[in-house]
Amino acid sequence: MLIKVNGQDKDVPEGTSILSLLDAFKLTPDKVAVELNRRLVKTALYGNALKSGDQVEIVTFVGGG
Amino acid sequence: MDVLRIGKFEVTNRLFVGTGKYATYELMQQALAASACQVVTVAVRRERLVDKEGRSLLDFLDLGKYIILPNTAGCFTADDAIRVSLLGRDLLEKQGNKGAGWVKLEVLGDKKTLLPDPVGTLEATKELVKEGFAVLAYTSDDPRSAVRIKEAGAASVMPAGSPIGSGQGILNPLNISLCLELLKENDRGFPVIVDAGVGTASDVTIAMELGADGVLLNTGIAHAKDPVKMATAMRHALDAGRLAYQSGRIPKKRYATASSPFEGVISHIPGE
Repeated sequence: MLIKVNGQDKDVPEGTSILSLLDAFKLTPDKVAVELNRRLVKTALYGNALKSGDQVEIVTFVGGG
Repeated sequence: MDVLRIGKFEVTNRLFVGTGKYATYELMQQALAASACQVVTVAVRRERLVDKEGRSLLDFLDLGKYIILPNTAGCFTADDAIRVSLLGRDLLEKQGNKGAGWVKLEVLGDKKTLLPDPVGTLEATKELVKEGFAVLAYTSDDPRSAVRIKEAGAASVMPAGSPIGSGQGILNPLNISLCLELLKENDRGFPVIVDAGVGTASDVTIAMELGADGVLLNTGIAHAKDPVKMATAMRHALDAGRLAYQSGRIPKKRYATASSPFEGVISHIPGE
């Protein structure tokens, strides 16, 4: 199925979750925050399966003023 | 102890320092240490999904030492600023940092001037207060805008000295002092932090002498030729301004007043 991660199209297997995405990108759940379709997702829900067309944003902190 | 209270947050150092634009993370660490700041600002951005070998800011900030103040820089609508605020809070909660729950709100008008959009800022402030945030709202030095943001529930109002990163200092000291006067009327403890435009140490001192409760800066340190030395200068400048403000400066007078007495002079005084 096709989803969007950080603005880029990704073809991922059915059943893919935020958790499995983070794992694939070698990211630790504690060091990122995640949005699904423009809404914040709490860490406890990262295991839920994504749906085709979902838009995921994975963010962290960078230097800023 | 000279404590600054912003909502439930308490700090003893009134210099808030940004983490952007340093040549290296190591230089940033040294500059932050030299500034003696307790609060550092950060931005929320997409993870790079390739090149994860790249180093992360979080690995270079002592989260036990610093209170992280996430900003909403780069947001041009209230809606986006709210999304970014929620993401930043979530990340800080996970990191167990004390900064979870406050936000430096920026809703900007355009990329060229980076001047704040007053309507968007007001809308976002109201929503974020409902979400339980202590909102530190970046605004222009317009005193009426500042008052409206306070009325919307902001925990602190942060008028700009001059445009972000411009290094032009405090362009309109009268407006900053009017902001301070109106915001602190019958509410002396209401925190006002001058944010943006600081180019050198004297700008920090001027802001503090006017009665600001703190100063937030980034580029003035990060892009100085020697950021660590400039961070030290900023620290002393803040103390100088704060102490001068608390001391109560003398009024400005048109003519001279001699420090040495005229009584007993042996000289001829012209006109007498």
